[in-house]
Amino acid sequence: MKYVFALLEKELRYYFVSPIAYVVLTVFLIISGYFFYNILTIFIERSMFASLQSQQFGGPPPSIDVPALVSRNFFGVLSTVILFMLPMITMATFADEKRRGTMELLMTSPVTNLQVILGKFFASLIFFLVMLLPTLLYQIFILLYSSPRMAFGPIFSGYLGLLLLGGALIALGIFISTLTENQIVAASVTFGAFLILWVIDLSARSGGTRLQEVLSYLSILNHFEDFSKGVIDTSSLVIYASFIFLGLFLTFRSIESLRWRQ
Amino acid sequence: MIEVDHLTKRFGSVKAIENVTFQVEKGEILGFLGPNGAGKTTTMRILTCFLPATEGTARVAGFDVFDAPMEVKRRIGYLPENPPVYNELTVDSYLDFVAKIKGVDPKERKKRIEEVKNRVSIKEYSGTLIKNLSKGYKQRVGLAQALIHDPQVLILDEPTVGLDPNQIIEVRQLIKGLSGNHTIILSTHILPEVSMTCQRVVIISKGKIAAVDTPENLTRQLQGAERVYLEVKGPEAMVKTRIKEIEGVLRVDSNKLDGDEAFSFSVETELKKDIRSRIAKKVVENGYDLLELRTLSMSLEEVFLQLTTKEEEVRGQ
Ligand SMILES: Nc1ncnc2c1ncn2[C@@H]1O[C@H](COP(=O)(O)OP(=O)(O)OP(=O)(O)O)[C@@H](O)[C@H]1O
Ligand SMILES: [Mg+2]
Repeated sequence: MKYVFALLEKELRYYFVSPIAYVVLTVFLIISGYFFYNILTIFIERSMFASLQSQQFGGPPPSIDVPALVSRNFFGVLSTVILFMLPMITMATFADEKRRGTMELLMTSPVTNLQVILGKFFASLIFFLVMLLPTLLYQIFILLYSSPRMAFGPIFSGYLGLLLLGGALIALGIFISTLTENQIVAASVTFGAFLILWVIDLSARSGGTRLQEVLSYLSILNHFEDFSKGVIDTSSLVIYASFIFLGLFLTFRSIESLRWRQ
Repeated sequence: MIEVDHLTKRFGSVKAIENVTFQVEKGEILGFLGPNGAGKTTTMRILTCFLPATEGTARVAGFDVFDAPMEVKRRIGYLPENPPVYNELTVDSYLDFVAKIKGVDPKERKKRIEEVKNRVSIKEYSGTLIKNLSKGYKQRVGLAQALIHDPQVLILDEPTVGLDPNQIIEVRQLIKGLSGNHTIILSTHILPEVSMTCQRVVIISKGKIAAVDTPENLTRQLQGAERVYLEVKGPEAMVKTRIKEIEGVLRVDSNKLDGDEAFSFSVETELKKDIRSRIAKKVVENGYDLLELRTLSMSLEEVFLQLTTKEEEVRGQ
């Protein structure tokens, strides 16, 4: 465990001395802020329009739950934006280690491959959380100023969902990073893989055939929607856990075979 | 301390090393000498558990590299061909990280880091980012990294490559100073390095061991093909043909000496034949003045060249 911690510490240190980290953090801050503002104004306008209509023409008062809608849509946007940001977080994990020759240091030190992988996985996850941190301010803003008062549940489950989705994507990204010595190649391939997941998710939503049902059950992006609505489903937890496990397992195998292939 | 037993490593169809066998005693410095592509790095990578061998076994401090890699890794300090450093870390934070993953006792860590920094003289660069260090200083950081957990065994892959002459001398002295407490294998293709630092040499060529011995013995063994050095006053070409007439002479090289009309000749003769007196007689008989005559001992460099060129000839036939 102390080895995992040492490796994690090194990874984090490395993140925060590299310019890429700050670019990723800044870009994410700007994009998420922009979308939050947009979503907020859209739903406020829509609710004002609806209440105006009901005043003019009589009828029942509008039942638009602005805070919940804003929060849900905001989570939806975040889950898409991270598809673009995470490849940059995972691209260097193993690719750069291989290019620099420091893989030789790690693999001739008395640490296990599993410890190395877990150190990198948790470091990426922590960086991801740091990236998400500012968005918490927006949610607090909604919590404080919304009326009717926004429920706390969906916000909690939304972040849990982001963490699980992020973990699954990071595990996949780290695996892809073991396959090359070139960070840019790793980032491109990872982004390509995320796009494929996204396309699978889209096609699964577009119909109700047997195959599409299976796909939508397996789609990690699809499961995120439940979380953003405040629903924590055991099957979703299982899917995410399996996906993370699969990604880390492939990483493990890839590193082991690195020794044999060379 | 280190036992290497019939190691073979194949990369696909390429045999990087074949049947490599040697031992290193405790406290010894062993030189691993061979030209590019001989298999030095491959052998070292097997010893450090980075690569698995195709056949054969290797033991470090009694532990098999395949069956007990963790025990082996704990006891080895390894400096790969390129120092395994993280450019964006400072020297201190890098050494701190390495100390942690090498399992240095947390209470000792600070002290160890200071010790190794003193040892390789990089103290004044403690807070410098590694990317701002020169090649030589990066190499020192690499050495510091290998020493941090005070390992019983040090494996150094071409530790003086890319250093300037002063730094080379310093690093060699440093390595020499480490013997006794540490068992060291160091690879190189710079020949004088071996005779300067090592007690024993393994010469490897094309993946096979060509010789294992002390630098002195290797030189003596191959002195069969002796060289005689002589200085003669007389016409260069004539003297050369006269010497060539003698039975057992293989080659004659000549050089002009500073003084007028005098030349130096280097005569290569057949194995185990002392023909100094015959050369002397021949020179005097022909009326030339013999100024000096003595045998030349071969340098390790020449030993090495012979060993490798021999291989070439066998293959060529
Ligand atoms: N990963 C690899 N895949 C395929 N062949 C390899 C690999 N590593 C080494 N070889 C081959 O094995 C042989 C020995 O290489 P090695 O690196 O051990 O030589 P070396 O003695 O260290 O040479 P140098 O002095 O250039 O460092 C070479 O022919 C090399 O091409
Ligand atoms: Mg080499």
